[in-house]
Amino acid sequence: MMLDWLHAHKDLTGVVMGTTFGMGARLFMLRSDYRQYPAYPHGKLIHLALGLIAGALGSVAVPALYNKDYTAITFLALAAQQFREVRNMERSTLTAIDHLELVPRGAAYIEGIAVVFEGRNYLAILTAFLTSLFVIIVGWWSGLLVGIVSLFVVHRFMRGKSITHIADVERVEIKLEGPNLYVGDVYMMNVGLEENREIIKQQGIGFILTPKNDDARVTIANMGQRQAILHDVSTRLGVYRDDGDPALLPIAKLGLRTGKLGLLVLPREKDRDKSYQAVCNVPLLEAAVRKPTEANRKSTEGKPIG
Amino acid sequence: MAKIVGIITTDHGSVGGGSPIFYARDRDDLQKVAHLLEKVLDCAAHEVHEDLFIVVDRHNNR
Repeated sequence: MMLDWLHAHKDLTGVVMGTTFGMGARLFMLRSDYRQYPAYPHGKLIHLALGLIAGALGSVAVPALYNKDYTAITFLALAAQQFREVRNMERSTLTAIDHLELVPRGAAYIEGIAVVFEGRNYLAILTAFLTSLFVIIVGWWSGLLVGIVSLFVVHRFMRGKSITHIADVERVEIKLEGPNLYVGDVYMMNVGLEENREIIKQQGIGFILTPKNDDARVTIANMGQRQAILHDVSTRLGVYRDDGDPALLPIAKLGLRTGKLGLLVLPREKDRDKSYQAVCNVPLLEAAVRKPTEANRKSTEGKPIG
Repeated sequence: MAKIVGIITTDHGSVGGGSPIFYARDRDDLQKVAHLLEKVLDCAAHEVHEDLFIVVDRHNNR
């Protein structure tokens, strides 16, 4: 009886199921990433509401187009406009609070997060659109199937690459030679005060990131990527400093000759395994990824390197 | 560009120039003065050599 009703009202079923799956997809993507997770309830609400709108837009488009109402496509254009606004909103919020962080995110990381927020709404639209399409063309059960499959696809899409894809992370000892601070063989900085040297000796953990290829060498040298690493580690393990302690900032320096990246972090919670995990899981920033080997291969004069 | 905003030394004859210069009695005093200046100015103190510290302002770089 119920199923007959679903078959009889295909448009309505399509729209409802599409909207549900669209919003479901947005909810799914909102949960799984702690870095881009708006921790405050109102922030979450904003994105759920937008997810609902995205789902509704995506699913309504199908019956409209199916009934030869081609102007419906302008709604999707409107949606794109809206979601670009989401990117701006996230960017300005994060930029506004960035200077209040003890270890800032940096512009590149913020840009990456903002782009992800925009992109996830499009994924929600896509899920809703596909679900609705299959409900209307085939039947409600195929819509259910497609909806579930697209949730999995969306989940896969969402996972970016992490630092371990391009570099080997290893934990190394911190060395202090007088005022000069080394992490492994990478020179980090000159620490003047005896007191700070003691803190760094006790609390500091050093890492060396060795790039896996020539492309990775360029990516890892990017200042935005480095700041993202420092911010993420500081978020996950806390930071042993206060405002007005410029010498205790976690820093990252390149070993110029080797291209390795030395990393000094001063976590509040000095846990070696956790900090190792934190460094390994730092996302690769879209803004930082470079492919010089590809660029050189394509150009007419350059010879391939690496 | 980073800027030197203070020079602390125990050796009276070794420095001169435009930045404020603080003379310390001995190396212990040098550490104390450098510590104070680091906190007050929110700038890192660096050791040029054991008797000469500079306090460097990097706020414009950030």
